[in-house]
Amino acid sequence: MIDSETVKKLAQLARIEITSEELPTLTRDLQKILDYVEELKAVNTDGLPEVAQVTGLKNITRIDELAPSQATRSELLKAAPTTENGYVKVKAVFE
Amino acid sequence: MDSEFLEISELRRLLDEKKISSVELTKHFLTRIAKINPSLNAYLTVTEAHALSQAQAADERIAKGGTAPLLGIPYAAKDMFLTKGIRTTAASKILDTYLPPYNSTVIEKLNASGAVLLGKNNQDQFAHGSSGESSAYGFAANPWDTTRMTGGSTSGGGAAVAAGIAPYALGTDTGGSIRNPASLCGITGYKPTYGRISRYGVIAMASSLDTIGFLCLSAADAAVITEYIAGQDAYDGTTGAKEVPTYHSQLKTDLKGLKVGIPKEYFVAGMEPDVEKLVRDAIKDIEKLGATITEVSLPNSKYGQMVYAIICPSEVSSNLAKYDGIRFGHSTANAENLLEVYMKTRGEGFGAEAKRRILTGTYVLSHGYYDAYYKKAQKIRGLIINEFNEAFKNVDVLLTPTSPTVAPKSGVAKDDPIFAYIADQLAVNCNLAGLPSLSVPCGLSQGLPVGLQIIGPQWGEQQIFNVGHAFQTATDWHKKHPAIG
Repeated sequence: MIDSETVKKLAQLARIEITSEELPTLTRDLQKILDYVEELKAVNTDGLPEVAQVTGLKNITRIDELAPSQATRSELLKAAPTTENGYVKVKAVFE
Repeated sequence: MDSEFLEISELRRLLDEKKISSVELTKHFLTRIAKINPSLNAYLTVTEAHALSQAQAADERIAKGGTAPLLGIPYAAKDMFLTKGIRTTAASKILDTYLPPYNSTVIEKLNASGAVLLGKNNQDQFAHGSSGESSAYGFAANPWDTTRMTGGSTSGGGAAVAAGIAPYALGTDTGGSIRNPASLCGITGYKPTYGRISRYGVIAMASSLDTIGFLCLSAADAAVITEYIAGQDAYDGTTGAKEVPTYHSQLKTDLKGLKVGIPKEYFVAGMEPDVEKLVRDAIKDIEKLGATITEVSLPNSKYGQMVYAIICPSEVSSNLAKYDGIRFGHSTANAENLLEVYMKTRGEGFGAEAKRRILTGTYVLSHGYYDAYYKKAQKIRGLIINEFNEAFKNVDVLLTPTSPTVAPKSGVAKDDPIFAYIADQLAVNCNLAGLPSLSVPCGLSQGLPVGLQIIGPQWGEQQIFNVGHAFQTATDWHKKHPAIG
């Protein structure tokens, strides 16, 4: 059962502030989605593997060497809301 | 131009024979966009100056003898594709003013081939939906009936191509997001084999399902465009090393010897009778072209939409974690500390559907529920894949309806958290299994388009293009256009 306390906990875990107006709607919607997928519980999946991808590719890496980049350092920094001396600036992590 | 709806080969001929220049062609579309877009809301950003300068450059290449198939031909892109210096929003307020510092691989490839970007299309926010209605900028209207939805999530691309304000439009398809609007807007939509086309620089939704494709006017156009945007990319580790065939020159109109399977489970309860009839008529047309038709059974396919309703939000909750107000995008003005930066930025920036999917994903991935939901869904995903593999031992392609209905009235999706999952029920299994699929128009039901879905095995793009092309050579449903503008 999804109740409003569960939704508040999930929102905290997902780092999303939700308003008191959103809370009842989200609670109802999440319950509706879980009800919708309930039918899957009856499917026998004993001993079956968990499938996470379809390519069959494994450990794809590219050579670790410098390649020309489309984006310059200053362009990447420009996308950040706050920067200082060429660094992205965040609020203090430690009190 | 004698028609607003010319296919790429026809535009190519006009350009090569100097009947029209790329600048003239681009101006034609820009003028038409200015006239028609206000009633459709298909474009979020029109890149007029950029388009004219690309067209100018294309004309110079043409003057020097350049004739590459896409050279000088305009196109549009869903607002999921990063375009350097051009606003890219994913139709979300969290990226309202975002100017990407680089281009996605597909945009780079189109730039190199001399294509002309007209603008960025409206869509469901972060591609979450099948209606276009989760856009933060209002929904796109269906050119066949503007009181109806285009389908989604590539809603603006569907509206733009159907209304003749883009010859083709790049889109993304995670659970039907190209084929659904193709079907509801009466155009051709292509979803590739997972790994066929690079996703580098395209905003991620659900990474094990996301594919890049487009909406266009014919299967022949789909074959041409795919040749230019497909292939391995070092920046997307999921792209396969498979060579890209010359799909267009290998197109066939004779389907003799082709084995076609009709999965009986795809004619679902609740399907509109007229939709079923038009799809069955199209199957008969394909039989007349030489194919042999057999019924097949895919009993687990009915679980696909539910498996998707677990796997998709799980991957969404992970992919959307990067929107934290630190490196790019919206950042709250009201935070006292770092935690508040995250909480408020995301609370203010994400729309209702994004929040719904993030929280659903967080729930099904959390300790205590992971086995019951996420693991369970992954196992059933395996069953669905095995079932397709078995079917493709006996048939070359599968034919199904793309959507069980014609375009619904606008507004019905907004308050229904499972609308999207039901609307995509016939499309979503291809994403779970990574299969290529083409939706082609196959008739009109009370004036509204119906789509036929052609599904191939992994890497079977040539088969699906052939079936689509043969069907479009024998019929003219793809040449029906709405009376607009």
